[in-house]
Amino acid sequence: MKIIDTANHAVAYAAKLARVEVVSAYPITPQTQIIEEISRLIDEGIMDCEYIPVESEHSAQAALIGASATGVRVFSATSSHGLAYMHELLHWAAAVRLPIVMVNVNRAMGPGWNIWCDHQDAIAARDTGWIQLYCASHQECVDTLIQAFRIAEDHRVIMPVMVNYDAFVLSHTYMKVEFPEQETVDLFLPELDPMWKLDLDNPMTHGSVIYPDDYEEVRFSMQQAHGNARKVISEAAAEYRVIVGNYHGDLTEEFMTEDAEHIIVAMGSIASEAKMAVKQLREEGLACGVVRIRSYRPFPVEELQRVMRGKRTLVVIDRDCSFGLEGALFSDVKAASYGHSDARAYNLITGLGGRDITYGLLAGAVRAAVEGKAETVRWPALRLNEHHLASKRGVEAAWQGRQKRSAS
Amino acid sequence: MRLKDLPEEELFLQGSAACQGCPGSMALRVAFKALGRNTLLVVIASCISVLQSPFPVSALDLPVLNMAFASGGAVASGISAAVRRLKKRGVFTEEPTVLVWAGDGGTYDIGIQALSGAAERNTNFIYVCYNNEAYSNTGTQRSGATPYAAWTTNTVSGKQEWRKDVAQIMVAHNVPYVATASLAYPMDFYQKMQKAKSIPGTKYIEILAPCPPAWKFPSEATVQVSRLAVQSGLWLLYECENGHTHYTSGTARLIEGRSSAKPVEEYLRMQGRFRHLFSPEKDEKRVGEIQERISGIVESLKFTAKMREHIMDLEIMPRP
Ligand SMILES: Cc1ncc(C[n+]2csc(CCOP(=O)(O)OP(=O)(O)O)c2C)c(N)n1
Ligand SMILES: [Mg+2]
Repeated sequence: MKIIDTANHAVAYAAKLARVEVVSAYPITPQTQIIEEISRLIDEGIMDCEYIPVESEHSAQAALIGASATGVRVFSATSSHGLAYMHELLHWAAAVRLPIVMVNVNRAMGPGWNIWCDHQDAIAARDTGWIQLYCASHQECVDTLIQAFRIAEDHRVIMPVMVNYDAFVLSHTYMKVEFPEQETVDLFLPELDPMWKLDLDNPMTHGSVIYPDDYEEVRFSMQQAHGNARKVISEAAAEYRVIVGNYHGDLTEEFMTEDAEHIIVAMGSIASEAKMAVKQLREEGLACGVVRIRSYRPFPVEELQRVMRGKRTLVVIDRDCSFGLEGALFSDVKAASYGHSDARAYNLITGLGGRDITYGLLAGAVRAAVEGKAETVRWPALRLNEHHLASKRGVEAAWQGRQKRSAS
Repeated sequence: MRLKDLPEEELFLQGSAACQGCPGSMALRVAFKALGRNTLLVVIASCISVLQSPFPVSALDLPVLNMAFASGGAVASGISAAVRRLKKRGVFTEEPTVLVWAGDGGTYDIGIQALSGAAERNTNFIYVCYNNEAYSNTGTQRSGATPYAAWTTNTVSGKQEWRKDVAQIMVAHNVPYVATASLAYPMDFYQKMQKAKSIPGTKYIEILAPCPPAWKFPSEATVQVSRLAVQSGLWLLYECENGHTHYTSGTARLIEGRSSAKPVEEYLRMQGRFRHLFSPEKDEKRVGEIQERISGIVESLKFTAKMREHIMDLEIMPRP
């Protein structure tokens, strides 16, 4: 079936195709349409599923943990403040090892209130143990969501998966999406076979006190699960390609990297602008390529090591900032390629809070980096308007006044 | 039915890490007997997280999901939804009872939102709050359930506020069943748990849980302190079914005038957490305030009961 719709509606239909049995969610822009659509599908008897209209995101995740621990397939969607609000339970879901799947529509964190695209929300949830996948098109959102259940439920993994896509750029725009038939999805995604559940015939206690003698082993098993997930993500992509026909890459998607001397690394929809920039730069004689990160956790370490070997320049685009250091993705890519590449590394922190980024701007910034004219970490779209300068002057004046007072 | 007629099967096993005289383990033992094996248990961060004993052993012979402090009601909504699905698929022949067990901190304070949400959704589960009137697990800090004038580690000269009343807040949620209970009246508690099991929807049961280390009384006195709380009118035993409240057991006797209320001083004097009310000299003001408040509540209940009987006698209203 082909339709023209938003990514939000598309993932709602994908959740139905995945035969999700319990959904619990709390509304937040720009995620709201997903859960509105799911609740409508259930209400009209089109989708056979329980819908729990919880009173907060903390409770949304708690309910998913409860339902998943009872042995059914579960789904939720959130964004930004909602993801932050459930942070405690993101750790819980991962450490108690439940195959929960959730969409996070990447949106900026307040204050001030900003509903537009930004990756800070998911980056701040990076170390919870969740697998984080990032999409760059409507079709990829649908296909990745279906794959996410396969990955999460694979017994080599059993970890929650967060499917990320960009606010408004994808969530609210209308594009053509093609859905596989239900039988095709069923072929790809078998019924949930829980690794553990609350079992009346074999009562076990889950998540009780654990001493230093045992705790580290549990954490190590989570790290191993992520190690296994690298293989499972690729397998899922490959098998999906055979059964359904679509393919968007494994842990990464590469664009013109083979003969490239300069590599742009990006995540999410901004990779499309990066590809356009590459085309322009190639016309201008610069051999550039793009690596789009599909799986941020587990991180595509080997892929990046292979790509970066022998390259001259690395430019990493971050729609987030690890304050006090640099873009989080930049740190990760450098760490992964350490010892495997002599490329000079540059970071573009840009597109925060929905700031519009053109491929021209990216091309200019990459060219400056290649020519060695750029600072290591740049905010290329930064502009200080009169009202920014006015508040800057105000702060400076207040500061000077305070210094004068303390001097006298 | 009497205490000796309770089912012999123990789902609360030996080897728990509870303190001597722990009211939580006593309450769990009775509750498990009332609900039986077909129960899915959620334990919310509290002393119960600890007393089940650390990984890899457990003193609880039920499927147990330990959960975060603020999540009690919500996790029940998830389990209950999943249970409905599994029942539909024929996985369960008899639907298991979903039981959430939380402390007063996890109920009155950090967990009240999730509990309120679950109650408003009329989630099918039993929520038990074992109320030891403090955060015992973190070493006795005040909670919204800590009574006026009680010492805790962050109310060292006695709490300045009166406690709130979550059981009544739950009544205001219009859930089908709310009850309070006491360890000194185990059959009353047992019957309330059994009744809760038979009613669909949200059931809230709160049991007073005098905690020897937090309240500072000898560990063999847990039941005695529990009983005095009821006998003095400080802790009321009742159940509220579909909005109709009736008092039970020791509280019913008090209200019907079959026994007279003991002075609160006897109860207060048993506990080190009220020592500052009696030494170096008696704090007449605060002890008086407590007595006045409790007497006021008991008297008004008596009055309401009498009025009610009177109105019933006039036969202008049908008897419930
Ligand atoms: C979000 C969060 N904040 C704080 C804590 C620390 N904590 C664990 S148990 C507890 C007190 C529990 O009090 P209560 O619910 O009354 O149970 P009790 O310890 O008295 O059995 C606290 C504060 C926690 N586990 N989670
Ligand atoms: Mg307590």
